[in-house]
Amino acid sequence: MLRFVLKRLLAMVLVLWAISVLVYLIFFETPGVDPAARIAGRGASPAVLAQVRHAFGLNRPMPIRYLLLMKQLFITRDLTSYVNIGEKVVPTILQAAPVTLSLVVGAAVLWLIFGIGSGVLAASHRGSLIDPAVMSIGMIALSIPAYWLGEMVNLVTQSKLHSTVFSWVPPLGYVGLSNPAQWALHLLFPWLTLAALYAGIYARVLRAEMVSALDEDYVRTARAKGLSERRILWRHAFRCSLLQVVSLFGLDFGSLVGGSALLTEVVFGLPGVGMLTWTSLQNLDLPMIMGTVMYASFFVVIANAAVDVVYAWLDPRVRRG
Amino acid sequence: MGSVVVLLLIVLACLMAPLYARYIAHTNPFQSNILGTTIVNGKSVQVLQPDTQGLGLGSAPIGPTWHGNYFLGADQEGRDVMARLLYGGRTTLLIGTASALVCCVVAAVLGLIAGYFGGAVDWILSRLFDLVWAFPVYLLAISLAVVLLTSGIHLGPVQIGPGSLMVPILIIALIYIPYVARPLRGQVLSLKEREFIQAAVGVGVADLRIIRKEVLPNILPAIIVYFPLMVALGMLTESALSFLSIGVQPPQASWGTIINDGLSLLYNRPAVAIAPGVMLVITTVALNLLGDSVRDALDPRVRLRGSV
Repeated sequence: MLRFVLKRLLAMVLVLWAISVLVYLIFFETPGVDPAARIAGRGASPAVLAQVRHAFGLNRPMPIRYLLLMKQLFITRDLTSYVNIGEKVVPTILQAAPVTLSLVVGAAVLWLIFGIGSGVLAASHRGSLIDPAVMSIGMIALSIPAYWLGEMVNLVTQSKLHSTVFSWVPPLGYVGLSNPAQWALHLLFPWLTLAALYAGIYARVLRAEMVSALDEDYVRTARAKGLSERRILWRHAFRCSLLQVVSLFGLDFGSLVGGSALLTEVVFGLPGVGMLTWTSLQNLDLPMIMGTVMYASFFVVIANAAVDVVYAWLDPRVRRG
Repeated sequence: MGSVVVLLLIVLACLMAPLYARYIAHTNPFQSNILGTTIVNGKSVQVLQPDTQGLGLGSAPIGPTWHGNYFLGADQEGRDVMARLLYGGRTTLLIGTASALVCCVVAAVLGLIAGYFGGAVDWILSRLFDLVWAFPVYLLAISLAVVLLTSGIHLGPVQIGPGSLMVPILIIALIYIPYVARPLRGQVLSLKEREFIQAAVGVGVADLRIIRKEVLPNILPAIIVYFPLMVALGMLTESALSFLSIGVQPPQASWGTIINDGLSLLYNRPAVAIAPGVMLVITTVALNLLGDSVRDALDPRVRLRGSV
């Protein structure tokens, strides 16, 4: 087991390194993207450009430029934005992280409750009308683009009805955890919006897994032993089906914390990592993009590795393969 | 098969967009019409009316007339939203279908090569899949779109201009390749152990012929099952990129760009943002249902990560 974990960790570091190279190539070495021009600003004279290139080490060979950037990002951690001069990349990302984390954790709790609840409900009512009804709702939920749903939510809660039914809904934005009630109130609709999509996916995955688990031999054996249907459903079918949900959850959670909730953050005006990525992409703030994308991949890679390790722990066959 | 009927109706309606714009709406939905007028209840009305709310600055576009001209109202530039909706559907459907096609074909080729030949080729391809997989999907798409939209794609003989629809199509195809190629590779790996392939290898049939005649027909059902799901994913990704204004570029319309147009009019003229979203949801649901029934018909075992 330890060997498996170490192997997985090594692979993780390799993937992260490859990602950093790839992101570096996309943003710093694509023809037409000149970091010096971004730093010097519009209409800079060739002399100024040359000076900037020299000062930032941009006239050195490409591998050195890459290493310099990595050193600034990970070791000295003093990489600064090209656009908002003086803004340090690493602290800015760390400042935005709690907003994204608040959004994703809250949404995750909701989508697990709703997704698992309706998945089990549908699987246990196979053959009745409840099953197709719940699954249809799930299908619609996973087909709605989250950003559009967010806009519709804003339309309902912030527009005409805001003076009557929804007068308790605060304006868009984020309030820190130091004021828990306002924090939750500001995040309520973003949570629900983000959770709808994933609840739909999880309900459908769990139902499919449980339906196939309920056809397995061990369920027949359990029935033959005279166990109650309820016990079979939860202790046998549900527990085995949960594996798939756990691995899905690891990946989704990792990528959302890394910034995949970008669209939800933009629609609801939450200043999280996704929003930061988006604004830095818009004004091509290369160091900030580098930082946020590395941060995002970091979470995805960690989540991938964690899922693999959990799997190996649950299923010994994986360790040897 | 209700989903097929719905899809056909939507495709048909979108294909008729030029006819609608010309004979029913009598407008050009790609030209701004800020000073234009239209007839409502027999009276001539300005398309962009002076704003009566707030400070009275700016102007508000006309709302839905529920008649041929400006059926769903106008956007900020006085263009007919209904006509743009139909044209936008053409773009969104085209990007979804084209990107799914490119993605499935490339993924099938890569999956076949990696699974069949194994060894170093397999290792390199699998690590490449890992690499793309390790990016959050939307983040990779957005990063590529931001860079490629300003520079275009210039790779030897491939020259694609910055505003071309090929840019989003290729980006979307690229980011989903591992999602399709990985399960296909797994299928090829297990097929390779089967007796009929082993027999073909033993008899000395050429690799290419085995791949074409024995392996490909066996993974084809899986590819067919993935296709409608990939079209749905492609459409959703396109609309997200266009919503962030880094997908389809003006004056062209897609459902995502219209939702974006509707953002500034959300509280005033909600129809502009509602209509394309509803179309998107209906089409996606229909495609997902189609995917489900194709799967049940062909191969109940295959499932795609991220879409169920």
